[in-house]
Amino acid sequence: MKFGTEIVLLYLFAFAALVAAGLGVDEPFRQHMWVLFFVLAGFTAILLRNTEFKPAIPVDSSAYMDGPIRYGAVATVVWGVVGMLVGVVIALQLAYPDLNIEPWFNFGRLRPLHTSGVVFAFGGNALLCTSLYVVQRTCRARLFGGDLAWVVFWGYQLFIVMAATGYLLGVTESREYAEPEWYVDLWLTIVWVAYLILFLGTILKRKEPHIYVANWFYLSFIVTIAMLHVINNLSMPASFLSSKSYSAFSGVQDALTQWWYGHNAVGFFLTAGFLGMMYYFVPKQANRPVYSYRLSIIHFWALIFLYIWAGPHHLHYTALPDWAQTLGMVFSIMLWMPSWGGMINGLMTLSGAWDKLRTDPIIRMMVMAIAFYGMSTFEGPMMSIKAVNSLSHYTDWTVGHVHSGALGWVGMISFGAIYYMVPKLWNRERLYSLRLVTWHFWLATLGIVVYAAVMWVSGIMQGLMWREYDEQGFLVYSFAETVAAMHPYYIMRALGGLMYLSGALIMAWNIAMTIFGYQRKEEPMPGSTSALQPAQ
Amino acid sequence: MSSEHIDEVSGISTTGHEWDGIRELNNPLPRWWVITFYVTIAWAIGYTIAYPAWPLLTSATRGVLGFSSRNDVKNELTAAEAAKAKYVAAIESRTVSEIAADDALREFAVAAGGAAFKVNCVQCHGSGAQGSKGFPNLNDDDWLWGGEAEQIQQSIKHGIRFAPDPDTRLSEMPAFGDIITADQIAQVSAYVASLSGLVQDAMLIQPGAQVFAENCAACHGENAKGNRELGAPDLTDAIWLYGPGETAIAAQIRAPKQGVMPAWIARLGETKVKELAVYVHSLGGGE
Repeated sequence: MKFGTEIVLLYLFAFAALVAAGLGVDEPFRQHMWVLFFVLAGFTAILLRNTEFKPAIPVDSSAYMDGPIRYGAVATVVWGVVGMLVGVVIALQLAYPDLNIEPWFNFGRLRPLHTSGVVFAFGGNALLCTSLYVVQRTCRARLFGGDLAWVVFWGYQLFIVMAATGYLLGVTESREYAEPEWYVDLWLTIVWVAYLILFLGTILKRKEPHIYVANWFYLSFIVTIAMLHVINNLSMPASFLSSKSYSAFSGVQDALTQWWYGHNAVGFFLTAGFLGMMYYFVPKQANRPVYSYRLSIIHFWALIFLYIWAGPHHLHYTALPDWAQTLGMVFSIMLWMPSWGGMINGLMTLSGAWDKLRTDPIIRMMVMAIAFYGMSTFEGPMMSIKAVNSLSHYTDWTVGHVHSGALGWVGMISFGAIYYMVPKLWNRERLYSLRLVTWHFWLATLGIVVYAAVMWVSGIMQGLMWREYDEQGFLVYSFAETVAAMHPYYIMRALGGLMYLSGALIMAWNIAMTIFGYQRKEEPMPGSTSALQPAQ
Repeated sequence: MSSEHIDEVSGISTTGHEWDGIRELNNPLPRWWVITFYVTIAWAIGYTIAYPAWPLLTSATRGVLGFSSRNDVKNELTAAEAAKAKYVAAIESRTVSEIAADDALREFAVAAGGAAFKVNCVQCHGSGAQGSKGFPNLNDDDWLWGGEAEQIQQSIKHGIRFAPDPDTRLSEMPAFGDIITADQIAQVSAYVASLSGLVQDAMLIQPGAQVFAENCAACHGENAKGNRELGAPDLTDAIWLYGPGETAIAAQIRAPKQGVMPAWIARLGETKVKELAVYVHSLGGGE
């Protein structure tokens, strides 16, 4: 019977969720378990409707396993649009506080929905599906473990749904970027270990003698995130039927653990993982060899060794001891060149293929991603310098910095990878429309520029207003006055975000039409006929 | 798999491996990249020698410069306090009128009071001290409890109708809804409104004047000019704490709202209260 085991297991889990919904000791836990019950019961019903009693068609175990990757590509686009939409909403809430709708849609609950939505749902699915795509092709091996990839994919989606609905119900650990409560954390741990086994197992059965650089980066991302997630979320539930838990750490140790996690979520999730993406999709799209093997190996080891120590720069001028602040700062400075090693290798891979910038909007997107990667990995070490940090800390400058990395680097490289993968995954000759990719490129780029520039102005203004003293030695501005001064910038920021979101919607349309098999009749990109074909 | 291979476009050899069509060139590390990397490492080592850095068993290296961020803050705060000490001492020893009369001292007190006002007072009185419904405007010369510096100081220090402070300013207009009839309330509201030219209905105003004389004049005065001793507002001007017009006046007669301002002395201390009094006095309505 097709899906037999799955149906039984899902049914049992749904029943357990129903029991927990009845016995839960607090209201949010009961509500959250109802959500879980309906999700699992719905899934059981879907599988029951699709089950068959014919003998299963044997799978071709020599072919690549692309089913979960197709689902992952769609999930990436869908979650991307959702996460960015929530981003625009909370940007508008900051500008117009009346848009806070109590209790489920206030800023405090929507903000983690946005951050987790774009980082873990959009970025996470992008990493999941590209890593599985890349590891099979660069190892010449089918994914390890039979249907394990499906378990990882659906398990991760369940994590996203439980995290997101928890935020809206007010279930939170209040740890930035690690808000889900203990039971959702435990589930993610199981899914993540399964992902590690899936990825590592595929590498172990590879038919290539060497492991390609992209896989080093993906593997370092998977291993480190497992470690960060487990340690930062060490906590004791108030009850095993409760939505509340208490961290194993307290005081400044808690803060440092949190930012060791928080910074390395940036370092290994949003940097190492996406560098893995870059190392496969840029050479493939440009059809050029990677610029320097030596640079890739040196910058890989330097990056992963140095990144892990840089977290304390989030806690400058706090109760954190001076020595830890110093180390956080100097390790961030030393991180500059290892980060730029990736930028150099990405950009220089295009040497001999720069003319494609004129004709290929996907390459353009990737180049813009790498440029923003270089920009924000310079800005980051600079902001970690204590003197600079004393101005930038707690201001919008930080928000701008994060977004030039997230929108510019993470978003653009993921869009590039999705545009590359989708026609191949669905056996389409080409994308529905290359011109729409150009539209997406310009909307996204202008959106980022508006966003980052506005946040620089607003953040630096905010920092300067906070520290402005009059001749007599008294503060010139009250906090409320600094907030009022930022209002116009908040509106402009929302516009920048809206442009970026519009680009993502265009992508969603383009990808959907490609999947359905349409091809838009359009003029070829100017100059593409005269483009030189680089040697293979 | 590993075999000699030259990339035709760049003329550079590759490592000889190939993954799904991707090769890797044998380019050396860019020299500027290596040098910059070494420079940042050398700088990092130097910085960790100069500043507190390396954790030991129970403490950490202190750095040759002897830097400590806690000492830094302490020194900056001490310097800031020292710069103000002369003025603060003078403010402590003088009355608010004396402070307001001394140019240098007044300038300092207005700056200090303005900063304190932005943190403690704007929530009710507004960022420009313009007030709002139920919260008096502090820029005009229409004072409930007096506009001299000492009177303002007293209001800030002990608050208005603030029960925990025994010296707080007290006034309690009775709820006339229980004392006079609804008709009388309508008449006296019309009369009060007519004093500032809001209403001209003689049918109501004349009996209203009678009601006023019997019930209101004791506190608000025969001519309705108010009484600052009792915190009774002037009813002849165009300034209305709870809004202009007969309806608002009638509501306030029937069941008056009694605004409360906290006493600030416990929270801010004598000096800060004096500075605030001088600041508010300087806004334009000070007497």
